[in-house]
Amino acid sequence: MKKIIKYVIVDIMRNKIVIAYTLLLLAISFSLFNLEDNTDKGLLGLMNIVLIIVPLICIIFSTIYVYNSAEFIELLVSQPLQRKHIWISLFAGIAIALTLAFVVGVGIMVLLYSFTATGLILIGVGLILSVIFVAIALLAAVYTRDKAKGIGIAVLLWLYFSIIFDGLVLFILFQFADYPLDKAMLVLSGLNPIDTGRILVLLKMDVSALMGYTGAVFQNFFGTAIGMGITLLVMFLWMIVPVSLSVRKFRRKDL
Amino acid sequence: MKQILLAILFLIFFSQISFCGRVYMVKKNSGLSSIQAAINQASNGDTILVFPGVYTEKNILVNKSLVLIGKNYPVLDGEHKYEIVSIKADNVVFQGFKLIHSGVSSLIDIAAIKVFSKRNVEIKDNILDGTFFGIYLQKAVSCVVENNQLTGEGTTDQQSGNGIHCWQCDSIRIIGNSVKGHRDGIYFEFVNHSLIVKNISANNIRYGLHFMFSNNNSYIANTFKNNNAGVSVMFSHGVNMFNNIFEDNWGDGCYGIFLKEITDSYISGNQFRRNTTGIFMEGANRVKVKKNQFIKNGWALKIDASCEDDTLAFNNFLGNSFDVGTNGTLVSNFNHNYWDKYEGYDLNKNNVGDVPYHPVSLFSMIVSKNPSAMILFRSVMASLLDKVEKILPSLTPENLVDHNPYMKPIRL
Amino acid sequence: MIIANNVTKKFGKLTVLNNVSATCNRGQCIALIGPNGSGKTTLVKSILGMVIPDSGFITFNDKNILHDWFYREQIGYMPQIGRYPENMTIGQLLNMMKDIRFKSGQASLDEDLIKEFKLPDLLQKRMRTLSGGTTQKVSAALAFLFNPDVLILDEPTAGLDPLASEILKEKIIAEKQKGKLILITSHILSELDDLITHVIYMQDGNLLFHKDIEKLREDTGEKKLSRAIASVMQKC
Repeated sequence: MKKIIKYVIVDIMRNKIVIAYTLLLLAISFSLFNLEDNTDKGLLGLMNIVLIIVPLICIIFSTIYVYNSAEFIELLVSQPLQRKHIWISLFAGIAIALTLAFVVGVGIMVLLYSFTATGLILIGVGLILSVIFVAIALLAAVYTRDKAKGIGIAVLLWLYFSIIFDGLVLFILFQFADYPLDKAMLVLSGLNPIDTGRILVLLKMDVSALMGYTGAVFQNFFGTAIGMGITLLVMFLWMIVPVSLSVRKFRRKDL
Repeated sequence: MKQILLAILFLIFFSQISFCGRVYMVKKNSGLSSIQAAINQASNGDTILVFPGVYTEKNILVNKSLVLIGKNYPVLDGEHKYEIVSIKADNVVFQGFKLIHSGVSSLIDIAAIKVFSKRNVEIKDNILDGTFFGIYLQKAVSCVVENNQLTGEGTTDQQSGNGIHCWQCDSIRIIGNSVKGHRDGIYFEFVNHSLIVKNISANNIRYGLHFMFSNNNSYIANTFKNNNAGVSVMFSHGVNMFNNIFEDNWGDGCYGIFLKEITDSYISGNQFRRNTTGIFMEGANRVKVKKNQFIKNGWALKIDASCEDDTLAFNNFLGNSFDVGTNGTLVSNFNHNYWDKYEGYDLNKNNVGDVPYHPVSLFSMIVSKNPSAMILFRSVMASLLDKVEKILPSLTPENLVDHNPYMKPIRL
Repeated sequence: MIIANNVTKKFGKLTVLNNVSATCNRGQCIALIGPNGSGKTTLVKSILGMVIPDSGFITFNDKNILHDWFYREQIGYMPQIGRYPENMTIGQLLNMMKDIRFKSGQASLDEDLIKEFKLPDLLQKRMRTLSGGTTQKVSAALAFLFNPDVLILDEPTAGLDPLASEILKEKIIAEKQKGKLILITSHILSELDDLITHVIYMQDGNLLFHKDIEKLREDTGEKKLSRAIASVMQKC
């Protein structure tokens, strides 16, 4: 399995898109920290990158990569290798490559310019979201044979997680404005990894504002070790569940 | 000639003695080991010097104009039962003591040091530890409370009193004290013409500073930090607040300053950092808020629609989650502030933006209508809403606008 | 050695394999023939576990291959159209396959074909730049590289020049003489004449017959394989 991961990473590194992605992140984070007069505004800009651009690129790149590696996968499947291992290696390879790109592109700049709790949380959330969206991409790719359709689904999924879901939440909020919704909101936010990640960053970045209205609920939940544990568990599930579903599908897939 | 000179010297010498009065030394295991006994022996103008040791004398009643000085902080223990020192005379100086364990009661206000309707009392350099009320001035005039350190042990509203408590006082000076762990750090009710300078009020159970019906007072260079509900000031006029620091006051209903029914007041040169709300104004009229820094607050300002004719100018707004929140239309005047969220341009390079800035965002309106929406803060959805509102304003108050926003932070 | 038992596979509505059963034994060289789209490649892929049958099962050395993967260590597979990671060079591909598959303590690598196809001269070439013929050479070389007991060759000579084709044929004969099972799908019949011992004929997903070649010749009275099969087909 290690060997396959190694070859996937080597192959991705040979692919110029990941290099371009790294440079893009590097350019964005560098300019954000240098153009803004305070690093907090830089972090704020980076937060948008982490929550929007990183998932988008991760999901689209991974989907395309899986389709483009059809030959490689076919070759491996005819070899004495377990299918499960092939697929997990593919996932691990892509995830490692993309998180590496994120660390180089964003992580280093954050550590240099804003070595704070907020900065560290932002890096953590970026890494977790990278892995989650690779997992989701693999799920989308294994279920659709057609490349164009697969990429379309990937884009739709991204759109859903970054905009449509929040639109629905807002709709629910106003439809049920008369009911206490704080706890329901916590559960809802767990259904979207981007939201969960965003809240984790907010808890550091805008803690004063969060303490305002929904303070009690937020503090009671995220402030405790149990709440934090649950949050991390939810994020972890967002990685594991798509991967294991896709493994199940891949094991019975005809090539 | 010589005789006259001698006579004058003699007179000066004598008058000197009578001015100083006598000095009583209170020491454990000596002839005079009780402070109260010394007070009883002394007469107006005498000095009582207290040497280190633990003095458990129940209530010490100071009913003469005396100077009481503690050397190396002699400990006065109230055994959790008594009001430790009661001052019922003018011109008393009480300095250098450590007072511990005053009584606690939910019926009467038991303090470590209480001044009853007197003038020119000075309470200086004392340490108060585990007291219910700390220093309590009742109908006092022209008193000084300086360089005391007060540490309460209260955990609930009921079980703790205020640090420095003034009721119906005038011309009080409260300087350089530090108050922690009390109900309200500094509490004023019906206190006028007073000066509150360089105090630190932190980690109190309710308010760092709490006053009402207290007019024409000045608050200068104090620090109010990490109090459970921040600072709350009500029903007063002529309040001057200069160069204070309001920091880390977090929580629901917790404010850097809560201004309720405050009129003709001036708030300038203050720093508001990391508060849930920097300033919350309710029924505040003709208040000038100038040259303040609002840094990393949840809401820098919340202005209730009941406010009128307030001026907000030359302030810096940096890194606040929301700049201004309101619940209706406002007739307050915003001008010449620096807003770090301003995205306009400055073609004529006069450091004033050419397009006005609307400090109330649509999302902040949504959140004030529906607090749970906070969960969507900084999401793509929220910024989309704000962008749309900027292009087609429909819900945010139209007249809440800074016509001359600065391009760069103001040097303060 | 390989037994297929009532294997059925459908792609959508199309039945690609219909109740196919066959037994292949050590030392045999089996030609899997039939028109295009008759299900030959699908059968081969089923044996390799790349296609999973809807019903029926396949055993390899008496073990069901479903959920097994280790048996593939004994198979060398040359696909009809070799598809390889485009960015890799031949050298990298060979190294990777050795890295993944070769275990110490195993019989030594069989690099005869690599030498005879003169692949060492091309090691720096990237897979996407190769002609179809060269890709086939790489596929063939990979199939034989690990000295497997079973060789599955899908249209091995298609696209190869006559010289390379001859080299491959020699190699197949040599391996057959070592007592290996060789499964060849092909539609160019004449090339196989002197290699094969058995014939499986497929049409529209059905296995029409599976016969010893001598028996086939006897039954039809034809010497040439192509003729023999043609006469069978007429009978069907």
